Amino acid sequence: MAHLVDPMLAQGVVEIHGLIREFRGGDGELLQALAGVDLRVDVGEMVAIMGTSGSGKSTLLNILGCLDRPTSGTYRLAGVDVAGLQDDALADIRNERIGFIFQGFNLLHRTSALENVMLPMLYDRRDRFPDPAKSARAVLERVGLGARLHHEPSQLSGGQQQRVAIARALVTQPDLLLADEPTGNLDSHTTLDVMALFQELHREGMTQLIVTHEDEVASYCTRAIVLRDGRIVSDRPVPPRRAASDLARLWSAGPSEAAS
Amino acid sequence: MRKLALVRLAFGSIRRNAGRSLLTILGVVIGVGSVVVMVAIGQGARAEIAARVASLGTNLVVVTPGAIAKPGAGGGAGSMDTLTLDDIEVIEREVYGVVAVSPVVASGTNAVAGNANWRTSIQGVNDVWFDIRSWPVASGRVFDANEVRSARKVCLLGVTVATALFGADDPVGREVRLRGIPVEVIGVLSKKGPTAEGNDQDDVAVLPYTTVRQRMAGRQYIAQILLRASGAAAVPGVMTDVAAVLRESHHLGNRGDPDFTIRDQKQIAEASQGTTDVMTTLLFAVASVSLVVGGIGIMNIMLVSVTERTREIGIRRAVGARRSDVLAQFLVEAIVLSGLGGVIGAVGGAATASAVGALTGWSTPVTASSLAIAMVFSGVIGVFFGWVPARYAAALDPIDALRHG
Repeated sequence: MAHLVDPMLAQGVVEIHGLIREFRGGDGELLQALAGVDLRVDVGEMVAIMGTSGSGKSTLLNILGCLDRPTSGTYRLAGVDVAGLQDDALADIRNERIGFIFQGFNLLHRTSALENVMLPMLYDRRDRFPDPAKSARAVLERVGLGARLHHEPSQLSGGQQQRVAIARALVTQPDLLLADEPTGNLDSHTTLDVMALFQELHREGMTQLIVTHEDEVASYCTRAIVLRDGRIVSDRPVPPRRAASDLARLWSAGPSEAAS
Repeated sequence: MRKLALVRLAFGSIRRNAGRSLLTILGVVIGVGSVVVMVAIGQGARAEIAARVASLGTNLVVVTPGAIAKPGAGGGAGSMDTLTLDDIEVIEREVYGVVAVSPVVASGTNAVAGNANWRTSIQGVNDVWFDIRSWPVASGRVFDANEVRSARKVCLLGVTVATALFGADDPVGREVRLRGIPVEVIGVLSKKGPTAEGNDQDDVAVLPYTTVRQRMAGRQYIAQILLRASGAAAVPGVMTDVAAVLRESHHLGNRGDPDFTIRDQKQIAEASQGTTDVMTTLLFAVASVSLVVGGIGIMNIMLVSVTERTREIGIRRAVGARRSDVLAQFLVEAIVLSGLGGVIGAVGGAATASAVGALTGWSTPVTASSLAIAMVFSGVIGVFFGWVPARYAAALDPIDALRHG
């Protein structure tokens, strides 16, 4: 899968400056989930966003995914100033440029894996997908669910549901893949499985931001950011480590336990 | 988003949530169905009354003794013996535009034939009465002017009496005893059906009025004078003139309250129609209530379903659906559900209406207007309550919609 990025955009896929997000708490008190974040992510980076719960990492990801809006600050996604966009334009950005993987999968109930993956293409306004079913099938086969196209979420395991969610995020060939605790509900085998898939996408040049609180997940990324109280307190590169090799080791140690 | 995809989406969603969809449809079905049935029954009742009034005869004027609605002492119409045979002569002689006049001398008695015994009413009339009432015989013949003049002991039986006394046998040529007098049956009247008030017109023995007055004992009075005007246009003039000559012959002067009542078919029809109008209004009120109840049902299901589907709306918005896409989907769903319910309700209502028609023998027409009113109402409710909550949910930021579920 080729991810073509406009050469003009060598400036970075994500550029945010002074990003603040405030919420009004139950007692009317103003809470700052993000207290001024500056971040630049270049094409092809695989960034882990870490921090304790309440550190603002999910809020940051939601704003990056155009699901939420900052109170103030700028956000440029692939050169486009997203903060100033109207609702419809944001919907189109979500559809065309962003693949979002939710912590709770957020698949449609009583809807087959295939139809779930076809969902984003339903809202495509540029006729990029002449045969949505075929595209969806191809992506599902790629994530290893070629045999479960017509299963509904309730008939799939957690790992399989997560892979349906990943397929749905990938099917529109986004510039940016965002994942919120993608391995939060998965066992260690499945976690490695998913990370191996993310690393494969990384090798193909896809830009990824992954929110996680697990050091292991972060260790498979190329860069790790740590948030605390709405600010970035650490930003360091991560030495390469291959999830696929670790998975293979795990398999040889106890193949009978390997679940997917 | 392509239109075809939208429709497929709506149908898919309806199918996936079959239970919820059925409940929504049920509200519309009940609303539409009940209106269609109620209106059809109301219309059928009106048509039936009109037919019964028409069965009285054409260009008919009826004079009955007593005044309508007289305050204080005295009974209502028909309670007094204020009409006489002289009145008939006066009318025949002096009122222009009258084609035929007949008295109706009424009495009640037991009719006896062999072992059979039947309580019925006697009507003493003259030979033109059959013509005034447009009432042909089913078998035998009617009596003529000579037989009236000579007070012959002959009679014609209504179908009800004939069946009660003779069963399947032909009564013509047989004998019945009325008030102890043997009377020859010369004919059987054709079936007429009930009056607008529901009395069986076929439960009757018709004799020359002279026979009743001269040969039979017991209480008897002129219950009616029936007139047939020469045409519909002549009816009002005849009514005025009859009133004038009767006032004169009854010595009432210009001021006194009349001791008779004159009505034409239109007034009889209006009196009966008044009752049906009350019924129709009642039926319509009942139908409106079921329509409103159905509407509330639709409203509840739609409200619940949108709340339940806020997460779904969040997911759709998150993967790139615009607000308008979400609204369009819910609108199409609501239209499809309301439309489906409307069609099922209309078909069910029409079937019920025709079943009622078959049971009562009325024509219970399903009118386009009742269909239109019911379907528009249900459609508007279905669409409105499908759309308004969806609009609220679609207006949420995607992340808020997602947190809902």
